[in-house]
Amino acid sequence: MSDATASVRFENVSKTFDVSVGGSVQAMRALDDVSFSVGQGEIVALAGPSGCGKTTALRILMGLETATSGSVVVGDKPVHGCGHDRGMVFQHAELLPWKTAIENIKFALAAKGLTKVDQDRTAGRYLDLVGLARARDRRPYQLSGGMKQRVGIARALAIDPDVLLMDEPFGALDSQTREALQMEVLSIHERTKKTVIFVTHDIDEAVLLADRIVVMCAGRIREIIPVAIERPRRDIRAIRTSHEFVTKRTVIWEALHDAGSLTATAIA
Amino acid sequence: MAISSEQRAVDRVDAYLARSRTKAGWHVPDWAITTVSLVAVLGIWQAAGPWIDPLFASYPSAILAAGERMAASGQLSKALWSSMQPFLAGYLLAAVVGVPAGLLLGRYRVVRAALGIYVTAGYSTPLIALVPLLMIWFGLGFMVKMVIIFLLTFFPICINTWAGVRAVPKSLVEVGTAFCASQSTIMNEIVLPAVLPYIMAGLRLGIGKAVIAMVIAEFLTAITGLGGTIIKAANSFRTADMLVPIIVIMVLAVVLTHIVTLIERWVAPWQSEIAGDDGA
Ligand SMILES: Nc1ncnc2c1ncn2[C@@H]1O[C@H](COP(=O)(O)OP(=O)(O)OP(=O)(O)O)[C@@H](O)[C@H]1O
Ligand SMILES: [Mg+2]
Repeated sequence: MSDATASVRFENVSKTFDVSVGGSVQAMRALDDVSFSVGQGEIVALAGPSGCGKTTALRILMGLETATSGSVVVGDKPVHGCGHDRGMVFQHAELLPWKTAIENIKFALAAKGLTKVDQDRTAGRYLDLVGLARARDRRPYQLSGGMKQRVGIARALAIDPDVLLMDEPFGALDSQTREALQMEVLSIHERTKKTVIFVTHDIDEAVLLADRIVVMCAGRIREIIPVAIERPRRDIRAIRTSHEFVTKRTVIWEALHDAGSLTATAIA
Repeated sequence: MAISSEQRAVDRVDAYLARSRTKAGWHVPDWAITTVSLVAVLGIWQAAGPWIDPLFASYPSAILAAGERMAASGQLSKALWSSMQPFLAGYLLAAVVGVPAGLLLGRYRVVRAALGIYVTAGYSTPLIALVPLLMIWFGLGFMVKMVIIFLLTFFPICINTWAGVRAVPKSLVEVGTAFCASQSTIMNEIVLPAVLPYIMAGLRLGIGKAVIAMVIAEFLTAITGLGGTIIKAANSFRTADMLVPIIVIMVLAVVLTHIVTLIERWVAPWQSEIAGDDGA
């Protein structure tokens, strides 16, 4: 789907790292000719065995890493470094420890060039959105893991990006908190219709949130699996017991399982 | 519904913090334990007084008496003032030069490649060995003392700051990059706060070094100040008089170190919370 409504396009993206192994430098191919596109307002999950290049793909999209060849296009502009059209939620929140919750959000807004008054107002609004109005003046060490991750999400959303990027955003959380945040993401998506690309190891999470799941294996796309659960997705119980959810879970499990054993043989 | 579950989470954290504040169980304040320990040690020392030959050692009441006499004659404050001038000048100069130098070494590859080796060498060399040479260059007065104190203090402050820059979490710098913060914002709002604890540790370490440098300078160059008072008392076998300036120096170092710790809590209040204890 390389149509005009595409929000993000990976075009033959490859990435090679130079890794020094015992003195000699070896080329390590983290991404190998990856192409896919994500439609406006779509949620896409990246899944695959450890080391298959998911984080690398996301970092190239964020401009934290440059592709060795190929290009990534967001909207109609090729990615070249950072940009306020993309907001990143990090795996471990990565809040600045010396800033309070609201100051962490204001940091991103200041970088975008908002005036002090607008920073205050916008940061407060997004803290509200993630249900943390009461924790606005707390520093990260006074927040639980889930609360930190909420601030991370609010920080990424506050700059009003076209695309929200999340690298295993809920991986480090307990299942109840994770579920609460998944519902939060669904409801935010419902309201804002942002394009979301996220990495996950959790099959349920992928099926629950995503419209399509990109299964990767050793730097390549192995399969792209669509999930036909209509939105809004509000009734978790109904979704979890639906036929589509149960079948797609199995399909993805199989794809991941195959990808995993392929990676294992490739390493051996 | 999401909000109320979140409020419960906020309350849970509040409760946890409240509990961890009162936990410790056994509640004798730290200062009380310290006082008891001091009283016990001083008491035993004092009790041993009658058996101590005043030539080889002294005991608390004798030192106190010597201290009162030296303070009343103005000898002590004169020596203290004479010591403090090169001390403060040398220490402050080392801080003002050492911290930026460490930041540059940590941040810029070219600076590191060009100058890193000298800083490492200077840190590892016993710079005291240079004192005879420094006396030829700077004489015996204020200047040479300041230079000795500067040299011995600069390197630990610089090296600590440098190590601090290397320890800045790359992931936090990337947050700045990902949100398109400018280089100066990244420096001021991410790198500097992250390095601050290392800078303060360097400044604390520097006080110890500066005190040593001060005493050695006063021993080896013109015999003045508190160090000079020690030498003169020792030469005439007045042991109690000798211990008075030593105690003054000790108190001075402890007070200054404590001031740096207070400054650290003021400029980096999050640090002691992250580290999880207030042991200073
Ligand atoms: N900076 C780097 N230098 C060298 N090699 C790297 C670097 N970053 C990633 N790699 C390599 O690239 C490959 C892909 O890494 P990546 O982090 O993208 O995997 P991932 O799919 O996110 O894995 P995980 O699920 O464990 O997070 C790995 O083999 C990794 O060792
Ligand atoms: Mg990863």
